[in-house]
Amino acid sequence: MSMENALPISHRQRLWLYALGGLVMLFLIAPSVIIVIMSFSGSSLLQFPPQEWSLRWYESYFGSLEWRDATIVSVKVAVMTAVVATLLGTAAAYAINARTLRLTGLINALLTASLIIPVILIGIGTFFLYARIGLNNTLTGLVIAHTVQALPLVVLTVLSGLRSYDMNQEMVARSLGAGRFSAFFQVTMPQIRFSIVSGALFAFITSFDEVVVSLFISGGETTTLTRRMFNALRDQIDPTIAAISTCLIVLSIVLLSAAQLFGRGR
Amino acid sequence: MSIASLDHARRPDRALNADALNADARREARGLLALLSPGLFLVFAVIIVPIGWLFWLSLFDESGQLSAANYARFFEQASYIKTFLTTFKVAFFVTGACVLFGYPLAYMLSQLPRRAAGICLIFVILPFWTSVLVRTYAWLVILQRKGLVNTWLIDLGVISQPLPLANNFAGVVIGMTHIMLPFLVLPLYASMKTIDVDCLRAGMNLGASPSATFRQIFFPLSLPGLASGVVIVFVLCLGFFVTPALMGGGKVIMWAMRMEQTTSLYSNWGAGAALGVVLLGVTLALLGLFQWLLGARATGVWSQR
Repeated sequence: MSMENALPISHRQRLWLYALGGLVMLFLIAPSVIIVIMSFSGSSLLQFPPQEWSLRWYESYFGSLEWRDATIVSVKVAVMTAVVATLLGTAAAYAINARTLRLTGLINALLTASLIIPVILIGIGTFFLYARIGLNNTLTGLVIAHTVQALPLVVLTVLSGLRSYDMNQEMVARSLGAGRFSAFFQVTMPQIRFSIVSGALFAFITSFDEVVVSLFISGGETTTLTRRMFNALRDQIDPTIAAISTCLIVLSIVLLSAAQLFGRGR
Repeated sequence: MSIASLDHARRPDRALNADALNADARREARGLLALLSPGLFLVFAVIIVPIGWLFWLSLFDESGQLSAANYARFFEQASYIKTFLTTFKVAFFVTGACVLFGYPLAYMLSQLPRRAAGICLIFVILPFWTSVLVRTYAWLVILQRKGLVNTWLIDLGVISQPLPLANNFAGVVIGMTHIMLPFLVLPLYASMKTIDVDCLRAGMNLGASPSATFRQIFFPLSLPGLASGVVIVFVLCLGFFVTPALMGGGKVIMWAMRMEQTTSLYSNWGAGAALGVVLLGVTLALLGLFQWLLGARATGVWSQR
């Protein structure tokens, strides 16, 4: 299959290209690998490779009440964001896909606005709005703000699933007497469920990793993990953060693999 | 629609149920709008309203008088001018580095067999989905005074004094290049995949050398994808906060940091809002210009994985 696309250039003539590409790949992946290895270091000096090995930074992470509370807040917010963003995003993608509404361009622009608008502006604006309506430092406020940021990803992912699905199947179900909702849930959804699950995973990770907006609108008991990490990094480089970072990297890998696995089922 | 069906629609006997059909279409549209409305409402309430509000605020000076003072200070105060210059300088360097590193990688990915390309893509996609904070922390550890790079270089005897790599301009550029690279590689790779190999074969059949084929056929065809990556990277750089805030050592003040300082530290909402309005204006102008020139949206990077 690959030979069809091959040009009459030998791999040897391309060695320099592979070398260059390999170096860039190394540049991309090295920081994560180094952090994972360093998180198992036994010394508080950040040496590489570590002279002695230990789990002390993981103990310091899991043993600290502050870090644990922040992690729980982040998990709660991310789960709720994933649920809300997936519901709203799937509904919106379904409506956009129907292509019968006017102003689709404007609707698309609005729904994907949070990808384009500088996050710092969203952060300051949200803080300003929340200060008036008392949503700063609340879980609800965090979930709403994160949902807006995760929404475009869900919409785009579900939309790409819907594009490869033949909507006539749902029309057939409806013409045979199925209601609009049962037609969607029994005919369409089973066929796009992989995109929906991928969208939900992206929403979860978007919320869990979100820094800038959380910096403005979370605090006190609702301090998110990323906000606490950001503040800790401003003061000093605490190796505990290497352990937390490793957990975040593992989480990314697990969620991405899950999204890939679901994507393959399409 | 064909002419025959148009004639059919104009026939008077079709007009009888045309009202019913129209009513049905309206009902359908209302249903779809209802599905869209919760998402649109949230975006409107959390993004559009606050930004409109900030824009309104930016039009008044500290005594509450309508004035352009918040905007005028950008031209008058040297510190603001310095912030803008720093921001554009960082954005140019990072975008340049991304093109330099990203183009060969995307080119290699597009030439590899499907399976190998899929595996290599993991190296791009995994960082893309890893927390920006985690990656910035990693670069801090690698680049700081007693960090990996300096320790290794001193051990190898290349240098005797540690190089200043973190907490300065170089650190910000290195860290941001790492974060922005996937935003350039992914759209570029996607556009390179759509280049028809037959065009290249034709060129070679007509006697072009491999390098001439690349220069005269492949490279020009890859330019729209490159442009899309360049625009999105540049625009994201302009408003970037986390890496310069953590790796700039307080010396590299970029636009977004200035906004944070003005509002959080000095509570000067008018000035902070004005900064935000200009930043948004520049961002939208660049994206609009791109869309107008190439007729494509620069947000494609998020719809492919």
